[in-house]
Amino acid sequence: MSVTSKTARKTSPKTPAKNRKALSKPTKRESGSEMWNLKLYVAGQTPKSILAFSNLKKICEEHVTGKYRIEVIDLLKNPQLAKGDQILAIPTLVRKLPVPIRKIIGDLSNTERVLVGLDLKTVK
Amino acid sequence: MQKKTKFKAKNEGVRTASLAKVPTGINGLDEITQGGLPKGRPILVCGSAGSGKTLLAMEFLVRGALEYNEPGVFMAFEENAEELTKNVASLGFDLEDLSKKKKIVVDYVYIERSEIEETGEYDLEGLFVRLNHAIQSIGAKRVVIDTIETLFSGLPNINILRAELRRLFRWLKEQGVTAIITGEKGEGTLTRHGLEEYVADCVIVLDHRVTQQISTRRIRIVKYRGSLHGTNEYPFLIDETGFSVLPITSIGLDHKATDEHVPTGIPRLDAMLDGKGYYRGSSILVSGTAGTGKTSLAMHLVNESCSRGERCLYLASEESANQIIRNAKSIGINLDPWVKKRLLHFNVARPTYSGLEMHLVTVNKLIKEFRPTIAIIDPLTGMTNIGTVEEVKAMLMRMIDLLKSGYITTLCTSLTHGGHDLEQTEIAVTSLMDTWLLVRDIEYNGERTRGLYVLKSRGMAHSNQIREFLITDKGIDLTDVYVGRGMVLTGAARKVQEMQDEAEALVRREELERVKRELERKRLIMEAKINEIRSEYESAEEGLLASLKEQEMKEKALASNRSVIAGMRRADAGSDKQGPKNKRK
Repeated sequence: MSVTSKTARKTSPKTPAKNRKALSKPTKRESGSEMWNLKLYVAGQTPKSILAFSNLKKICEEHVTGKYRIEVIDLLKNPQLAKGDQILAIPTLVRKLPVPIRKIIGDLSNTERVLVGLDLKTVK
Repeated sequence: MQKKTKFKAKNEGVRTASLAKVPTGINGLDEITQGGLPKGRPILVCGSAGSGKTLLAMEFLVRGALEYNEPGVFMAFEENAEELTKNVASLGFDLEDLSKKKKIVVDYVYIERSEIEETGEYDLEGLFVRLNHAIQSIGAKRVVIDTIETLFSGLPNINILRAELRRLFRWLKEQGVTAIITGEKGEGTLTRHGLEEYVADCVIVLDHRVTQQISTRRIRIVKYRGSLHGTNEYPFLIDETGFSVLPITSIGLDHKATDEHVPTGIPRLDAMLDGKGYYRGSSILVSGTAGTGKTSLAMHLVNESCSRGERCLYLASEESANQIIRNAKSIGINLDPWVKKRLLHFNVARPTYSGLEMHLVTVNKLIKEFRPTIAIIDPLTGMTNIGTVEEVKAMLMRMIDLLKSGYITTLCTSLTHGGHDLEQTEIAVTSLMDTWLLVRDIEYNGERTRGLYVLKSRGMAHSNQIREFLITDKGIDLTDVYVGRGMVLTGAARKVQEMQDEAEALVRREELERVKRELERKRLIMEAKINEIRSEYESAEEGLLASLKEQEMKEKALASNRSVIAGMRRADAGSDKQGPKNKRK
């Protein structure tokens, strides 16, 4: 269940929030060529996880078209994987790449916050 | 029905059969919970920072894994596996080894709010999945979640969190695991975020309190559904062997009482105590003013008991072990060999070092490890300066109860300060004592001597007489005091009086002799006189008898002469012989 796209990323992160200032530079630098590696942790085919996946796909198509890969991990099948990414909440979206790792919990229905979480948009 | 079982349980001191319990393996905790924690239920352990929540939980897991073959999962929110391993290594737990043997799984849950962005609906299924996975992987029976309240700071949505916690605890119950959930103490509430709302079966509160600069850890079972439990605050100790709780007030008065005696080491003292010494398992108080030889009495008991191969525990709080041994040598008692043979164990610590309760816990541990049959507390009064009288008394009562229940003959010394009533100790413990020896100074005529009384000795016919108490280089000697002429004397006064008495007796004896001699003389005189009279009489008798005989002879001769004459005269032809006789007259 992975989706990839070749389209280049349209928006690049602007000045990030204060606490992310230090980390913003590499993101900016690598944003052009870097592949987005996203992991969506779910536990079974629950309405929440299905919703999260569709929301995520929509956001990615819109903002990092063609440059992302979504891996959906079902913890009911692979429970041992939860430990590695410190998963507590379901669903959780982990942006492995580009660094730094970011975690977004919830069904991703609040697009604004997802974009902030993924450093695609700064907090207003 | 419930009442009945309760009553029974109380009577016999056994656990109720209704609720299955899992033993924690923690010293004393199983006693105050009467068997352990409720099986298959979540237990809340709360307390302020540094009160020992994590250690309690960890020991529960480790003991479970080692002693009861119940593997456990430790879900840590605050420390990671390496930190935990290091921290509990100081208690002698090898977490790494246990992890390798698949006895314990440590799952470190890291949560950092700044890394988390909340976007809509979610639940904590991930936590459930992880916990479930950990439980399944080793077949865990015990679970520790330490401290789940970290989630409150990590996750923004409190409503979701609360709902999920409720679900978690229900889920834990369904899994049939016995789970300890730790929580930080809040203001006015047991836990900061009200975890007690969810975990209602068993709540244990740990406390770390400082009174008079001495900190004491305490544990209290606030609630335990479906089971009896001790409700008091119990002091506990964390040391190199882990947790120990001392359930002292739960000790009932059901000590064994036997007729067996323990010799005191001083034959004369034995004689004062029914001829045999102290009762085994009894408590003995030796009180007296400074320098009256209380410790020496204790040394005698130690020496005597050790030489019989008994183990003695010497709890000293004012002198070091070396000093005690040296001092014992000065009265001819060598304690060194007993220490070497591990028959005598000194525990030298000022109670101020750790506080009353901790001192008690230490003693309890020592008793369990060393298993003595004789214990010496020298002095009892060493405790008084670290608490109020009530506290000290309560603590001593528990200590004495503890020793008694362990069937340990305990000798306590107590210093009475001058000016006080001697028959009253500073801490009113005398009522707890079975035998009370009072050593007192007797000052008379410029000399101080020591006297020893048996003030009381329960259950035996003891001497009422004071004995003079001599400390010699061969040990303690008890001698009779001078009793007579309506006074009691000791020491030099006794000697003087005895000499005086002797002189007087000599005089009296001589007087008697003189009278005897006089009598003898009188008797001799009398006898001499009797002899004289007798010899006088005899001589008189002799003379008289002789003259009598002469007279008779004369009479005879006369008669024969007369008849001859009559014959010659033929005065009568017949035989009338009287005629001539009468005629002559």
